[in-house]
Amino acid sequence: MIDKKLLEEHNLTEEEYEKIEELIGKQPNITELGIFSLMWSEHCSYKSSKAHLQKLPVTGENVIQGPGENAGIIDIGDGLAAVFKIESHNHPSFIEPYQGAATGVGGILRDIFTMGARPIALMDALRFGPLSVPKNKTIAEGVISGIAGYGNCMGVPTVGGDVYFNECYSLNPLVNAFCLGICEKDKIFYAKAEGEGNPVLYVGSKTGRDGIHGATMASAEFGENLEEKRPNVQVGDPFKEKLLLEACLEVMDKNLIIGIQDMGAAGLTCSTTEMASNSNSGIEINLDLIPQREEGMTPYEIMLSESQERMLLVAKQETVKEVQEIYAKWDLDAVIVGQVTSDQRLKVFFGGKIVVDIPVQAVVDMCPLYHRESKVPAYLESRTKLDPVPLPEDYNSTLEKLISSPTIADKQWVFRQYDHMVQINTALLPGADASLLRVKNKKFALAITLDGNSLYTYLDPKTGGKIAVAEACRNLACVGAHPVGVTNCLNFGNPEKPEIMWQFQEAIEGIAAACRTFSIPVTGGNVSFYNDTEGLSIYPTPVLGVVGLVRDGNKPIGPGFKNAGDSIFLLGKNKNEIGGSEYLKYIWNMEKGRPPEIDLQEEKKVQEACIEAIENGLLNSAHDISEGGLAVCVAECAFFGEDRIGCTIHLNDEIRRDSLLFGESQSRIIVTTDSGNKKPLIKIAQDRNVPIEEIGTTGGENITLFHKEDKILDLSVRESYMIWKKAIPDNFKTR
Amino acid sequence: MRFGVVVFPGSNCDHDTFHVLKEVCSQEAFYLWHKDHDLKNADCVVLPGGFSYGDYLRSGAIARFSPLMQELQEFVQKGGLVLGICNGFQVLLELGLLPGAMLRNKNLKFLCEHVHLKIENDQTPFTNMGKKDQVLRIPIAHFDGNYYASPDTIEELITNDQIVFRYADEKGQITEEANVNGSRENIAGLINKQNNVLGMMPHPERASEALLGSEDGRIIFESIIQHLVRL
Repeated sequence: MIDKKLLEEHNLTEEEYEKIEELIGKQPNITELGIFSLMWSEHCSYKSSKAHLQKLPVTGENVIQGPGENAGIIDIGDGLAAVFKIESHNHPSFIEPYQGAATGVGGILRDIFTMGARPIALMDALRFGPLSVPKNKTIAEGVISGIAGYGNCMGVPTVGGDVYFNECYSLNPLVNAFCLGICEKDKIFYAKAEGEGNPVLYVGSKTGRDGIHGATMASAEFGENLEEKRPNVQVGDPFKEKLLLEACLEVMDKNLIIGIQDMGAAGLTCSTTEMASNSNSGIEINLDLIPQREEGMTPYEIMLSESQERMLLVAKQETVKEVQEIYAKWDLDAVIVGQVTSDQRLKVFFGGKIVVDIPVQAVVDMCPLYHRESKVPAYLESRTKLDPVPLPEDYNSTLEKLISSPTIADKQWVFRQYDHMVQINTALLPGADASLLRVKNKKFALAITLDGNSLYTYLDPKTGGKIAVAEACRNLACVGAHPVGVTNCLNFGNPEKPEIMWQFQEAIEGIAAACRTFSIPVTGGNVSFYNDTEGLSIYPTPVLGVVGLVRDGNKPIGPGFKNAGDSIFLLGKNKNEIGGSEYLKYIWNMEKGRPPEIDLQEEKKVQEACIEAIENGLLNSAHDISEGGLAVCVAECAFFGEDRIGCTIHLNDEIRRDSLLFGESQSRIIVTTDSGNKKPLIKIAQDRNVPIEEIGTTGGENITLFHKEDKILDLSVRESYMIWKKAIPDNFKTR
Repeated sequence: MRFGVVVFPGSNCDHDTFHVLKEVCSQEAFYLWHKDHDLKNADCVVLPGGFSYGDYLRSGAIARFSPLMQELQEFVQKGGLVLGICNGFQVLLELGLLPGAMLRNKNLKFLCEHVHLKIENDQTPFTNMGKKDQVLRIPIAHFDGNYYASPDTIEELITNDQIVFRYADEKGQITEEANVNGSRENIAGLINKQNNVLGMMPHPERASEALLGSEDGRIIFESIIQHLVRL
């Protein structure tokens, strides 16, 4: 009997249930109800976000595949395509950090190779609570080793990512996994179920009871009953996935299949219905044939299982034998479990009886969409007002403290756990503004970066959204890359709260505006709502993953000072801004003020000047100014340089010293050049109306900074380097 | 020269090694499938890095039972050259072609970073292009690289000059700090008594092109080629 309690357990409203009955013309049985609950969950249906996501620009002449498929695809020239996507695995990572993060990586990898691309790089955006809290350390440690455990075994390098720490993530960490793959433009595969009578094959791991209701779980707030949710988290087997990767790429390379879809969230339910829906066909499958690793599974459990490392594919009668041989070679099951039909229905058989018979369109496309109410949050007024802040007494100790903030400190402790070099394409090691990946036998290279400052977005969602895009593109500009495509992961609280919905709408508008300015299409991504635990929401956290093209990948430019005696230039302009800064947060414990302003046109010009200077071979290093401001940026330039060269900087701006040193004004890049290249560099900036100023020279063993006549900073590079380097590992020292 | 790169299920540095041998060193390179019984007339067989069988049991413990390992043993008996890199080294230990075993890294974490190695023995087919005491910069990437052997075995390795690479600092000093994974005697690479089977934890194929930050790893491949040419 379907009652209120059952609907509640399935996260369906009574109105939604009535619509289901109307659509299928009968009362659904429990398996059918389970199928609808998964496919109509927020996670799968985007029912609260769809109306807003439509504001994002998704087209462009180089777009091969926009949103809606497993991943987005951009033409990168020379017959090649870049396939990429970002996805969240926040809820599972909180409940079971290692497996949650590991299966997040496994899922995003499958999204990429399902389309025929070999994954060439992974990155992760991680958000944790402060490391002073033991539970947060356990979560961070588990998540990082889970990412490493999966990616390393797969042989796909995890080339970086960003890591932020904030109290708002203490009960709700974020794990957003990004993957980039490459394939030949004319060898892309889609989730298609075409050709009546064609065999449907199940390949990969056997089905168990793990992960049942994963997508539903990701679509609700957490209460205090977390331990009970642990069985909802899937368990990853990266070795199986590695075999699956090689076998799938082999059948695709030989062009033996018609369509393929991975079984991620919502498992068999999602793959069968989406493939049929995409092709206006139907599918019938026999659950007795599904390889199972547990006994006595019900049709409900089999259809809803989220066991990992599984794929559904459609072959042709004449190729099916060869397909099975290839999977057998890789020691994997490849079982014919059903066939393509023309009746646009999903029919599922079990024990000789039909247990599901529903129209696929109803499941996939007819979920009610919501235009949820939105309201300006009450916190904004008080939070954006900044109380007077005293100037620091000593800038040296202030900078030393700031570089030990885990958000700013060296992340090598994280990155060295990831195999970031396998596939031998990593031309810039993790920690650089963007990761640079060579494409073998090509002159061009690919650059990727992730970015998203949630404090800015909390204080002003629209500006935060703009800055997330702008800064990601600025990171790319620092390695000489032109942005070509975006994927976004939008992590927000409960969309049923009007304040959260307002944050979401505003952030999307900001992202959309910035993407239009940079002419970069959003080719897909993921929305993660319900990041609330015990009623507390995270700060709105859009994470932007941007892919860029470097025309000549043979001379990588990194953030570190390269030679002593180079001239240091500032591209862009220092402004009197301090709101929303890491300085206010970490030194004064204030998460307040207005985030820095951003003029997107100005930003674009600064980036273009930097890219042109790199393309003309004028720069020895480039690093963008972000969290921690100019002082932290300059310190990092010294730390990232192999020889840890110091510098002397002279600034004359009429700006409060704390803002000048630690303010996070946008559209600024610190670059260095040989003295012989100064003139052409200045010309490039001036031709574009970009402010440029020579602010110092590299050399010496100290970071020395003068404001007007006063020496306000003078720190040993080696000593401050050790502070920066040890800040994170010191938190994890075993007692 | 003909280089066979073995592919176990879970190998993931097979393509990288192949690339360096073929594109960087201009040699004839081909893959050898673990289920086959054919080394395809290779002059040198490389066991690449990766996670054979997921390393779920013990690194390399299952791969040693692959059908092809029978031919590999015979190849070694006849004096054929075998290079085991990372997981390949672990497989050689499990096969008993090299003595000792690997423990988890001393910090109990996977470690991926550039390290410095000191060449201890330049009289091998794998290091003849280098010089004794030369320092190489080559990355490691492993969880189980903490080399262990009984004191007697270690004694024997030293006496027979079988330690080929040791973890060192950039000046070539053998220090505890440079010993990233906690290996006995800072051992990073070993050769067998017959001087034809080398196992090393660092990845020379990741340090064979200037773009990747070091070309020091090429010394190993160039040495093999040089040795084979001289035969």
